[in-house]
Amino acid sequence: MTNFETVVGLEVHVELKTNSKIFSPSPNKFGSEPNTNTSVIDLGYPGVLPVVNKEVVNYAMRAALALNMDINQHTKFDRKNYFYPDNPKAYQISQFDQPIGENGWIEIEVGGEKKRIGITRIHMEEDAGKLTHGANASLVDYNRQGTPLVEIVSEPDIRSAEEAYAYLEKLKAIIQYTGVSDVRMEEGSLRCDANISIRPYGRDEFGTRTELKNLNSFNFVRKGIEYEEKRQAAVLNAGGEIKQETRRFDEKTGKTLLMRVKEGTDDYRYFPEPDLVDIVIDDAWLEREKAMIPELPDARKARYVAEMGLPAYDAHVLTLSKESADFFEATVAEGADAKLASNWLMGEVNAYLNAEQKELEDTALTPEGLAGMIKLISSDTISSKIAKKVFKELVENGGKAEEIVKAKGLVQISDEGALLAMVTEVLDNNAQSIEDFKNGKDRAIGFLVGQIMKASRGQANPQMVNKLLIDEMNKR
Amino acid sequence: MAKLSVEEVKHVAKLARLAITEEEAEKFAGQLGAITDFAAQLNELDTTNVEPTTHVLPLVNVLREDVAAEGLSRDLMMKNVKDQQDGLVKVPPIMAE
Repeated sequence: MTNFETVVGLEVHVELKTNSKIFSPSPNKFGSEPNTNTSVIDLGYPGVLPVVNKEVVNYAMRAALALNMDINQHTKFDRKNYFYPDNPKAYQISQFDQPIGENGWIEIEVGGEKKRIGITRIHMEEDAGKLTHGANASLVDYNRQGTPLVEIVSEPDIRSAEEAYAYLEKLKAIIQYTGVSDVRMEEGSLRCDANISIRPYGRDEFGTRTELKNLNSFNFVRKGIEYEEKRQAAVLNAGGEIKQETRRFDEKTGKTLLMRVKEGTDDYRYFPEPDLVDIVIDDAWLEREKAMIPELPDARKARYVAEMGLPAYDAHVLTLSKESADFFEATVAEGADAKLASNWLMGEVNAYLNAEQKELEDTALTPEGLAGMIKLISSDTISSKIAKKVFKELVENGGKAEEIVKAKGLVQISDEGALLAMVTEVLDNNAQSIEDFKNGKDRAIGFLVGQIMKASRGQANPQMVNKLLIDEMNKR
Repeated sequence: MAKLSVEEVKHVAKLARLAITEEEAEKFAGQLGAITDFAAQLNELDTTNVEPTTHVLPLVNVLREDVAAEGLSRDLMMKNVKDQQDGLVKVPPIMAE
C-alpha cells in the first residue's frame, strides 16, 4: 500500500451581475420565463455583430485585481468552436492567450496553517443556454446564453479537500466583496469543476487527472475530492491505471460516476474572434478600477482582531460574507459591545437564518435593533434568556429593543426585595434541595435557580438569584 | 505539393460534423493541401519589422454601455425553431439517464 499525495486544481465560473449581456443588450436576469431574454445576437443569426459590454471589462478587471493578478492591458477575445445545443452559434466567444488577468493568488488558512494558492488566469467569456436532459429529448432555455462570465483557474497548488473548501470559501468572499457577482451556487452564479490527481509522496510529476463535474455546493466539492482520492488510490494500489476522464459527483450516494473518457486533447480550434477588435486598457482606466476595490475580507479580519479585540475565529466567520461584516460593523457603530455582537451574529442570528433559509437582508433585523438589545443585556436590563424573546420579535417584526421590552414587560427583575421573596418561597418548598446543597451537591443550586427562573418567566436576574440562594441556604 | 493526410481530413470532417466517404477523404486531402499551400506563401514574406496584429482595422475598444433592452418576444423567437415544449427549445436527447 502506497500513500499518496492529492493534487487539486479548481476551475471556477462566476456570472457577473451586469444589467445586460456580454455581447448583446438582452437583459441579464436570473429566474425569468424561459426564452424571454434573448436577442438575435445571442441566437447567432447570420449577419449580427457582437459588441462588448464595457461594464463586463470593468467587473472582470475588478475581480482580477482583488485576486492579486496582473492585468493584461492589451487583451482580446477568441473563438472556441464546438457543437452542442446549449449554444446556437456553434462557438463560444472566450479568451485564449491574452486573458484579462494572470498570475494571481489568494491566501487560505487550514488547521492554523496559512498557505498561498496560485491563480493561473482569469478570462472573460459568454455563458451558454441551460439544458434539461430527458430520455426522449433535451430541452433548452437560451436566457443564459450570453450571460457574462469570468473563469478563474487555480494552479494545482491544492493538496486536500479541506484546502479546496478553504480556497472556494475565500474566493467567494473576495468576489462578493467586490460586488461584481452574487456568487450564489444555488442559482448557478458560481460554479466549480475540480481536476484531481494523486501521486506517491516525493514525486515531482503529476499523476493522470480526472475532472469532476456537477459539484453544486462547497460541501460536495469536499466530498467529491475525498471520494476521488480514495478511488484513485484503490485503483493504483490494485495495480491499475487512472484514465483521463470526466466524472460526475452523485449527491445521493456521495460517489463519483464516469461521464465520459477523454480521448486525446479537446480540439476547439481557437482563433482570434474576427467580430471583435482588441481591448487596450490604459493606465487611467486601470487606476479607476483599482480605486473601486473595497476593503477585502483579510484586511477586515485583521482589523477586527487588532482594533476590536475579536478572536481570529470570530473575525473569520463574520467576514465570510460582506453582508454579515457590514452588519457587524454597523451594530458596533450603534454602540454594541463587539464580542457580544459577534456572539449574537454567529449564534442566534446565524441559527435563525439557517433554520428559515433566509439572508440577513430578508429579515426585519437592523443593526440598530440588535445593538439596542445588546446594550440592554450589557446594562443588566434584560437577561440573555429574555433577550432571545426580544430577538425573535426583532428579527420577525423589527422595531426597537427597548420598546419591545417595555411593551411586553420583559425587564429583568433586579430588585433584591422581590427576588428575596421568590427565593424564600422556593426554599420553603424544597427542603430536600437545601439538604443536598449542605451535603456538597452543587447541582441543587442549578435546580433551585431553574425553579425561580420558571416562576418569574425568565425575568429574574440569574446572577443575583444565585447569590441570594447561597446566602439564604447558609442561614438555614 | 504538400498533401494533408487522409486522417487529418477525417478529423476535420468529424469536428465539422460532416459525413464523408473514403474516396472523398482522398480527394479533399489533395484539394485542402493545395489551399493550405496557397496560404503558406505568406510565410515567404519578411515580417521582421511588422507588428503582430489580429485585425486589419486600426481600431480598439469598440464598447457599449451596460444598458439592457427588452428581449425578443418568445413567439417571434420560436418562429425558426423546429420543435418546442413549454417555452423550451426541444432538441434530440443528449444524455440518456
